[in-house]
Amino acid sequence: MKINKEVVEYVAHLGRLALEPHEIDMYTAQLNNILEYMDTLNALDTGGVEPTSHAIPVTCMLRDDLVKDSFTVEDSTLNAPEKIGSSFKVPPIIEVEE
Amino acid sequence: MKDILNMTIIQTRELLLKKEISSVELTTYFLERIKQYDGDISAYIKVTGEHALKMAKEADEKIASGGKGQLLGIPLGIKDIYCTKGIETTCASQILRGFVPPYDATVIRKLKDEGFVHLGRLNMDEFAMGSSTENSSFQTTKNPWDLSRIPGGSSGGSAAATAAGLCMASIGTDTGGSIRQPASLCGVVGMKPTYGRVSRYGLVAFASSLDQIGPITRSVSDCATMMNVIAGHDPMDSTSIPQPVPDYTAFLGQDIKGLRIGIPKEYFKDGMEEDVKKEMDSAIALFEQQGASIVDISLPHTEYAVATYYIICTAEASSNLARYDGVKYGLRESGKDIIDMYKKTRFKGFGKEVKRRIILGTYVLSSGYYDAYYRKASKVRTLIRKDFDDAFKASDIILTPVSPTTAFKIGEKMEDPLAMYLSDIFTIPVNLAGLPGISVPCGLDRKGLPIGLQIIGRPLDEALMIQAAYVFEKERKVEKIPEKYK
Repeated sequence: MKINKEVVEYVAHLGRLALEPHEIDMYTAQLNNILEYMDTLNALDTGGVEPTSHAIPVTCMLRDDLVKDSFTVEDSTLNAPEKIGSSFKVPPIIEVEE
Repeated sequence: MKDILNMTIIQTRELLLKKEISSVELTTYFLERIKQYDGDISAYIKVTGEHALKMAKEADEKIASGGKGQLLGIPLGIKDIYCTKGIETTCASQILRGFVPPYDATVIRKLKDEGFVHLGRLNMDEFAMGSSTENSSFQTTKNPWDLSRIPGGSSGGSAAATAAGLCMASIGTDTGGSIRQPASLCGVVGMKPTYGRVSRYGLVAFASSLDQIGPITRSVSDCATMMNVIAGHDPMDSTSIPQPVPDYTAFLGQDIKGLRIGIPKEYFKDGMEEDVKKEMDSAIALFEQQGASIVDISLPHTEYAVATYYIICTAEASSNLARYDGVKYGLRESGKDIIDMYKKTRFKGFGKEVKRRIILGTYVLSSGYYDAYYRKASKVRTLIRKDFDDAFKASDIILTPVSPTTAFKIGEKMEDPLAMYLSDIFTIPVNLAGLPGISVPCGLDRKGLPIGLQIIGRPLDEALMIQAAYVFEKERKVEKIPEKYK
């Protein structure tokens, strides 16, 4: 076994996903199967090989610092599920003592 | 309506410019076909009929006043993954339901600049994660060649609509084969250009180092026309390549004498269906008859590509999909605090496969596992790239099948994610290496299902691939549209 239910629950928490108990069981079994397959990579000696993050070399593209039109506040918050005026509304982040 | 389904965009545009047909007539023709046939196929998530007719009317007005756009009045289907101003863009996910972008993706803007008509939004696997379009949270698209089978994925709606003649052409996206594999399984042409050839600005991201946009069309000529419109540098995408774009249509009809075609032995091992092998052999013979020379090549790290890909793409996906937090757009579920709100929103909004990939991607990036998985995969990716660099010293293009099998049955691989992942074995290495690849129909198997040929090129060598694909298409005439949809 590569990973157990506790690891799946912990990783789901890191990924901010709530899971049903039956989903935890299902993903544990499936991910073990997939991770075992991924271990085939260990057969390869990659000592001295540089990692690739982009297949086509990307150079840092710079542009002139010009003032241009941008999205309006109205457009940017158009799709917000909840808002107050022009601000996104979210549940409390900092706990307040009563 | 004339024999539109067998005409290219170039030919149809001539009829429009000569006013033998109008864009409103052409658009109405496709809207009626959608009404007639899409009940069975379910390629479209949403048909934007009224909007399409308005765009068609505008195109007709432009034509009347001498307009010359390359797609002026041409009705296209759009994979539901491109931000399109004023049109709901869902990525086939519940979490993006109701999201109406305030801007156009660069690709959409380019299509608009050339005067296209927006027929509707095409189905896909949720967030482009899948090989069968069964991961759509809205509907299952069927393969027009056999309605009990999948159309491939993730651009399954785009391929099915193009094959059944429910649009002139469409655009899709390809992260590990999502244009080429459905094009192959539905018997149409699909090109994944070089990474960076087409701007990804406004494309909903899945795996940013692999995603690329490309056309799905009924002919190689249409592929060239669409590439002319969508390719090119864009300052809004820092990975887009600042290189000039050739006129791809200028390469249609040029011969391939002296072209060196590499055949990688690793792609012709066990697991390939007999009929796929047979059609590949005759395709190779055809290219030889046309004056190309065949070279045996080796891509020794092919067998490691699927494992490498599913580490890298899930890692990138877990990061990209962090943006769906119930705050800025889309679904929100209430929770007792912000973390609880995130978790409940994402629990309700994401489907099974998306959750599986977020968990896997988070795991391979997490402390203690990063080196063993993500870093290891990034190094193997270097070896896979180098395989292609070496192979292109002896060959100009590489020829392989797109998929080891033809379309499988709906439901067949849904309970076994690894089996589903392995169906992309021939397309994935191309994305890892950032290369262009095109799927061209090369025949039908004994069940009457399409088989696709893959041509892989050097970076930015799409023109040569179009040239070779056009020669093949002209010689090996394959039915593009199933009998019942003609």
